[in-house]
Amino acid sequence: MKLNVNGSTHEVDADPATPLLYVLRNDLELNAAKFGCGLGQCGACTVMVDGKAIFSCLTPILLLEGREIKTVEGLGTIDSPGPMQQAFIEEQAAQCGYCIPGMMMRAQALLQSKPDASDAEIQVTLEPNLCRCGTHLRILKAVKRARELMKTAAMTPASGERKV
Amino acid sequence: MNAPRLPNVTRRNLLLGTGALVVSFSLKDHAFAQEGELNVPAKPPEPVAAGPKLPGSLADTPSLDAWIRIDADSSVTVYTGKAELGQGTKTSLRQIAAEELEVPPASINLITADTAITPDEGFTAGSQTVQNSGTAIRNAAAQVREILIQQASGKLQVPADQLKAQNGRIAGPDGKSIGYGEVVMTDMLHVDAQPKSKLKSPDAYEYIGKPFARVDIPAKVTGGPAYVQDMRLPGMLHARVVRPPSWFATLKDIDTASIKAMPGVVAVIRDGNFLAVAAEKEFQAVQAMRALTGLAEWEEKPRLPNEQDLPAVLQRSESEQGVVAEAGGDFTGGVKTFSAQFMRPYQMHASIGPSCSVAHLDNGTMTVWTHTQGVYPDRKAIAQMLGMPLDKVRCIHTEGSGCYGHNGADDAAGDAALIARALPGRPVKVQWMRDQEHLWEPYGPAMLTKVSASLDASGKIVNWKYDLWSNTHSARPGSAGALLPGQLMEPGYPPDKPVMSITPLGNGDRNAIPLYSIPNLRVLWHFIADMPVRVSSLRGLGAYANVFSIESFMDQLAKEAGADPVEFRLKHMEDPRARKVISTAAEAFNWSSNPMPEGRGRGFAFAKYKNHAAYLALAMEIDVDKETGKIRVPRIVSAVDCGEAAAPDSIRNQTEGGIIQSLSWTMYEEVNFDNTRIRSSDWSTYPILRFSAVPGTLDVHIVDNPGSPYLGVAEAAQGPTSAALANALANATGKRLYNLPFSPARVKATLGV
Repeated sequence: MKLNVNGSTHEVDADPATPLLYVLRNDLELNAAKFGCGLGQCGACTVMVDGKAIFSCLTPILLLEGREIKTVEGLGTIDSPGPMQQAFIEEQAAQCGYCIPGMMMRAQALLQSKPDASDAEIQVTLEPNLCRCGTHLRILKAVKRARELMKTAAMTPASGERKV
Repeated sequence: MNAPRLPNVTRRNLLLGTGALVVSFSLKDHAFAQEGELNVPAKPPEPVAAGPKLPGSLADTPSLDAWIRIDADSSVTVYTGKAELGQGTKTSLRQIAAEELEVPPASINLITADTAITPDEGFTAGSQTVQNSGTAIRNAAAQVREILIQQASGKLQVPADQLKAQNGRIAGPDGKSIGYGEVVMTDMLHVDAQPKSKLKSPDAYEYIGKPFARVDIPAKVTGGPAYVQDMRLPGMLHARVVRPPSWFATLKDIDTASIKAMPGVVAVIRDGNFLAVAAEKEFQAVQAMRALTGLAEWEEKPRLPNEQDLPAVLQRSESEQGVVAEAGGDFTGGVKTFSAQFMRPYQMHASIGPSCSVAHLDNGTMTVWTHTQGVYPDRKAIAQMLGMPLDKVRCIHTEGSGCYGHNGADDAAGDAALIARALPGRPVKVQWMRDQEHLWEPYGPAMLTKVSASLDASGKIVNWKYDLWSNTHSARPGSAGALLPGQLMEPGYPPDKPVMSITPLGNGDRNAIPLYSIPNLRVLWHFIADMPVRVSSLRGLGAYANVFSIESFMDQLAKEAGADPVEFRLKHMEDPRARKVISTAAEAFNWSSNPMPEGRGRGFAFAKYKNHAAYLALAMEIDVDKETGKIRVPRIVSAVDCGEAAAPDSIRNQTEGGIIQSLSWTMYEEVNFDNTRIRSSDWSTYPILRFSAVPGTLDVHIVDNPGSPYLGVAEAAQGPTSAALANALANATGKRLYNLPFSPARVKATLGV
């Protein structure tokens, strides 16, 4: 079946019952979304589908044909990080870093639909995502920083790659 | 934060003596640095010369070239036996080496824990990476620099004292200079370190003490391969284990033909009570694991203790007594005596990413990529389990999700090796499922403590008796019996016999001796050998429960003495650095004894981690909702002295993280079990702190001591945080909680609402 991931169409040869997470990580070799619980309890696998944050560990690919899937890889690159990535680097918002891509995608979904989300809304939105290293305060700072960077990015003429 | 950026390391060239290029790679697209380097010869262990003790880990591995390598192209490689566990090691060790070697930190190739390449530095644990490895690298780097200057002196015909190392070159006063690579000679660094090094003075530092951006973060936030979970080797199979439903369960006969017939399944491996499946695709392995779980029948045995009765169970189980400390001996003085009893349940590491490992049996050599804390001990255990010689097993540290102590990493490495042995030629990745991590990792041991102390008429503590009941906090590998697959296979290896070990490092007794001046003191460890609930090292070991007990009790004594808790601590503290962090935290918090609004309280606590590492004090303000028993923490202020602050942002990050993690342990965490099965199998049955409960603000004040020795810091916050919360709760409600965790139900019950 065909999956649209980060703007490209991929032909995927997998059991339609396969959770999206395994297809992203193995078939498409995308590392960002992580296996955490397989139960929708921790958010490490969070990606966006049609602009909304979902648990990719619970979502079989059969539901996803024709939908727009976005992962951290679709936010920018190591050489040209997008605003959300830039914000996490600036705030050094990681310890082991394992939960971070899930955090970024949930925050991205919020700020894309609500660019002026309040600090409290950010905190409430991140509730489904767990961090064990205790990096929460830096993660909140980074998302707030991303809120600013995304506005700046939205105001500057698109440079092609930096589209968010 | 505007940290100077350490540009991402993009290339590394390793040259052998011939000048031939052995390997080069880009960190950007290939994070598994050590994969291609089988040709780099292992350093033979050097006998340790008798004489003055060498600094840090140089004492065990004195040869300079075990730590630092300079090649003909002037490239610098630094080896550490320690591993990156998310604490920023890959960055801070580069900063330290760069400082003494006079090269930019980003130009350094850093190789971390790998049994084929790096020194054996045991475990990356106990907050000792910078203290031991950093010290060794710092001294080795300074000595290498001086050797390079000596060599350049001959070549440039300039006296050594007129030469300076800078930016990878040795330069003279006339502007003449020569690159490191031009003076380096074969075996030049194959000499033992000297006890004394010519270290740079703090006022000349370029890199140490600067908050460098971590080198590993850009890949982690852009989807770069960063973890063992991200490894994909050609031909790699995906494996899943099927664990028993409970400890001590035995597997009945099983016909696995139906599983072997499932799509993609390559093998079902049964070895005694060890059961696993390997498949071509990951979801096929998951489906086969589920089917196999349904098929397998186990004989279970109810051998777990009664959870409701843990204090009595622990006291009943005592097998041996050890004296941790004894001073004075007069326990009759004082005008009033007080006592209390504290309890800490079993708690888990509970990493967000379940354990994972990749193993590959190729041409008789087993290579294992693992997020273990100790590649050498893990290799030993795996070699024994497989009956292979040590030199045929190689363990390479590859990052995993957060570590926090002896979690499932070593077991997963053992699983991968056992499965890979059955499938020679094909790499095998084992990924544990969430319930497997929760149910099978070794927990931090439950602990019971009892303390009694007397105050004299002036409110001074005159005597102190402290008793703790605990298992060992160290059941790490070294032998096959420490690995789950080693225990499950047939014939299985029995777990190592636990021994009580009382050393300055501390174990269950870590931080059991109060740092306060108390003339008559006695501290006993009632050791429990029996471990029906599997336990081992969890961040801080005994320090968490001991500091919780001591610092809770100090507040109680302060109240009895009619003293302010901070003043009471200072009154009993002589160590000037301890006094400094206590007063720094108190002042920054604006500490006072003024009454607070209903339901609000403030609490303070202090400890010097292990009594010989970092000093940490913190104050917090909390709100308690009496109706729900929920605790909110609007404000925390901490102060920490870890000697010279080599990497300030990592110190902050580790301290913030330690405080928040300890809040989670203290407010929520407790492993539940019945007589047969562990019941805490996921995040709903073992809840941890979520965003709604994070502190409003959290400040970390670093008390820097440039030029003084590094003091391990990454676990320093675990103990004090729990006690500060207990003290704030007592301050807010007038009721003290003695049993962890302070779950809403327990808080509510204690308040009697």
